[in-house]
Amino acid sequence: MAERYIVVGGGLAGLMTVIKLAEAGKHVDIFSIVPVKRSHSVCAQGGINGAVNTKGEGDSPDIHVKDTLKGGDFLAEQPPVKGMCYAAPGIIYLLDRMGVPFNRTHEGLLDFRRFGGTLHNRTAFAGASTGQQLLYALDEQVRRYETEGLVRKFEYWEYLGFVKDEQGACRGIVALNLRTMEIESFAADAVCLATGGPGIIFGRSTNSTINTGTAAARAYIDGAIYSNAEFVQVHPTAIPGEDKHRLMSESARGEGGRIWVPKQKGDMRAHKDIPATERWYFLEERYPHYGNLVPRDVATREIFSVVRDMGLGVEGTDAVYLDVSHIPAATLEKKLGGIMDIYEKFVGVDPKHNPMKIFPAVHYSMGGLWVDYEADARGDLVKSSPRQQSTNIPGLYAAGECDYAYHGANRLGANSLLSCLYSGQITGPAMVNYAKNNMAAKGDAPARTLASAKTYWSDRFNTIYKMSGTENPYVIGQQMGELMVKTSTVVKRNAELDSAMVQIQQMKERWSQCNVLDTGRTLNQSASYVNQLWNMLELAHVMLKTGRMRDESRGSHYKPDFVLPKAKTKNPSDDPEFMTAWRARDEKWRKVSMARWSTEPQITFEPLKSLQVENPILKPEPRHYD
Amino acid sequence: MTERMLTVRIQRQDGPSDAPRWEEFSVPWRQNANVISVLMQIQRDPRTSDGKPTTPPAWDAACLEEVCGSCTMNINGQVRQACTALVDKLAQPLMLAPMKKFPLIRDLTVDRSRMFEALKRVKAWIPIDGTYDLGPGPRQAPEDQELNYALSTCMSCGCCLEVCPQIGATTAFIGAAAISQARLFNNHPTGSMNADERLRGLMGPGGVADCGKAGLCVQACPKGIPLTSSIAEMNRDTTKQALKDWLFRDESKGGAGPGG
Repeated sequence: MAERYIVVGGGLAGLMTVIKLAEAGKHVDIFSIVPVKRSHSVCAQGGINGAVNTKGEGDSPDIHVKDTLKGGDFLAEQPPVKGMCYAAPGIIYLLDRMGVPFNRTHEGLLDFRRFGGTLHNRTAFAGASTGQQLLYALDEQVRRYETEGLVRKFEYWEYLGFVKDEQGACRGIVALNLRTMEIESFAADAVCLATGGPGIIFGRSTNSTINTGTAAARAYIDGAIYSNAEFVQVHPTAIPGEDKHRLMSESARGEGGRIWVPKQKGDMRAHKDIPATERWYFLEERYPHYGNLVPRDVATREIFSVVRDMGLGVEGTDAVYLDVSHIPAATLEKKLGGIMDIYEKFVGVDPKHNPMKIFPAVHYSMGGLWVDYEADARGDLVKSSPRQQSTNIPGLYAAGECDYAYHGANRLGANSLLSCLYSGQITGPAMVNYAKNNMAAKGDAPARTLASAKTYWSDRFNTIYKMSGTENPYVIGQQMGELMVKTSTVVKRNAELDSAMVQIQQMKERWSQCNVLDTGRTLNQSASYVNQLWNMLELAHVMLKTGRMRDESRGSHYKPDFVLPKAKTKNPSDDPEFMTAWRARDEKWRKVSMARWSTEPQITFEPLKSLQVENPILKPEPRHYD
Repeated sequence: MTERMLTVRIQRQDGPSDAPRWEEFSVPWRQNANVISVLMQIQRDPRTSDGKPTTPPAWDAACLEEVCGSCTMNINGQVRQACTALVDKLAQPLMLAPMKKFPLIRDLTVDRSRMFEALKRVKAWIPIDGTYDLGPGPRQAPEDQELNYALSTCMSCGCCLEVCPQIGATTAFIGAAAISQARLFNNHPTGSMNADERLRGLMGPGGVADCGKAGLCVQACPKGIPLTSSIAEMNRDTTKQALKDWLFRDESKGGAGPGG
């Protein structure tokens, strides 16, 4: 068989992996449940970070590394983060050369704006639909390779599982044609999962309907390690909706947007009747240095406490104001046009002249499939090492939101597009070298291995088509979402997590009583959903269990019963008593959760290997933004 | 108190060769509901108004923010995205039908692969040398960026083809979306270097000259892309290119040049 590679997922990470493989002259099959141009990367709004330092601020990749590691409360392995931040300016230039219509300065250079968790203008942007523009640029390059015959697209095909040989290595995938319901196995020398995040496990989130996390969850069921599942980012600013919550980009604050609530509880006056002195700009007051641009976990907790604990939500509802109405309308149009349109279209109010009503919503998973890296003594990644982005399953790689590698306990805004592109850039060469080192000895995947994998899935779907119980799978999915939002988002408590695990177990039992709702063999969306639902329940269980076990507060994972006492000094490092408590916590919990599938998830917590070396890139310190 | 209900009629069709039929659903009204949330409610209780169990209708969706183009369908006879179709702004009963100008897959889903095939015909990409570090791209005036940004928001949803009188089952017209993409890349400093290839892609059968100038595309575009000015510009540029190609045609390939 000729050398062949498979990439699953057509968002930024998947497409970049494809481009790297095709550029090396390799043949790639890309599988996606939607036409790749419709992948979830389109939803990214605000921009992409890179310390290009065009504003005379003395920004540098080292400061970007520090902001990213500190933003994630030092839970990310450091060499991949260093690699990413150093590659960032080059990645932005590459996108620029691909024709991304980035906003420009008067001199015709790329413009950069502020984002959360940094004090520098580091974010390149194309209006407020940067993800869409980046995805299109990569989609166009992949289409070019498609016309050259190097890339074959399998759109409307869903990944079901990987093909495992007798040695436990990945030799291909089994996929479902969503239109004909045909199941087929496909051989490959190496496979990359770039299948995005699991927001749909939370029902309504800022994610697309396709972000079920089901591919990564299934890889976990099939033996891949899933790490840091308990770290799910809740974005501070979204428009609550019936079908989903729509993101209002952090760039709204990057361009000067302010968060406020009326000072007086139960103030029912219209916003314009509330004078400045009676408005509480609580982020600016509490964080004079970073103001409205504190990291997302911090902003979300503040909004939650102002609304839920103090009862100061706008007009007594679950909402605070995000106000850009003081910024000239023309500027808003040029720099935030996309999100201004979204707010107006879905809420029916013009945000250029009225403050927006927003509330936090589930947004991004820092956790994901565990992936390896190989670094030298300086902490630089070894170029093209087959270990980069490799899961614990030989031949199976992961890139983008579905890996766990770059954001630790909390992701900084505008680092996600970057991590997708960077992980894709290094996954392609890693896959090529893996194949070079292993495939001569392994030879072609045995036909019977491919056939038996296909039979497993055909049997499973034949079982699903026969499911005629009383439970509606979409109802179970909705209840799972409500349960997860209630127990496993901004504030977590052990008693609630315990109870949630019992309820997830009950949902798993109800799953077997599902009715498939449709027995047809043309675009049977509910049969596909029944299969996805099982995978989501398994992953939800991991999120709850790792969250239950992690008795500390770090980044997005916050347990009021386990918080460090506040330091008595402005800089926590100056308070010896605090430092003692902080070190004790860190020794116990600065660890990666590793989930291995069994009937009950098997969880271990393992120390970061990049902190075991003599000179780590950055010594962890207490995280504060005061 | 009885719950306020919403009546929705959906055109169902099991497959391309099956006959279409209408099914009516009665769904609890919710504040701020959009067509997507109505379809989601039907999934959770797939019964018609008269209580008969049915299969959940199939439809395409992804972002639900009108940036992916997936959920395009005819809603009360008008082609648009279901996510931005707010129920309270629509006449009832709601009438949902698939796009008519694309091959039907099932129910509300159609095959829009011709949208992407058309992008190949016009070589809608910048032919970069490679992904290695080659420094920044060309400088661009903010005004050029603003036009290109507007053109670049095309999500290949197909609304412009759906309303175009020149698009039918047997016609080959490439449609406004791809023509506008040719303009986008020809307007880029690097892309302009092979503008001639894109223009030739717009010549011949199904090319830009097939546009009937009805102007419906620009009204249907959910992103407000200036499609008719794109078509006008590409029409002018292909004419110029055709003339240039004729004037400077390679004599070795047969035929004399002008005056010969």
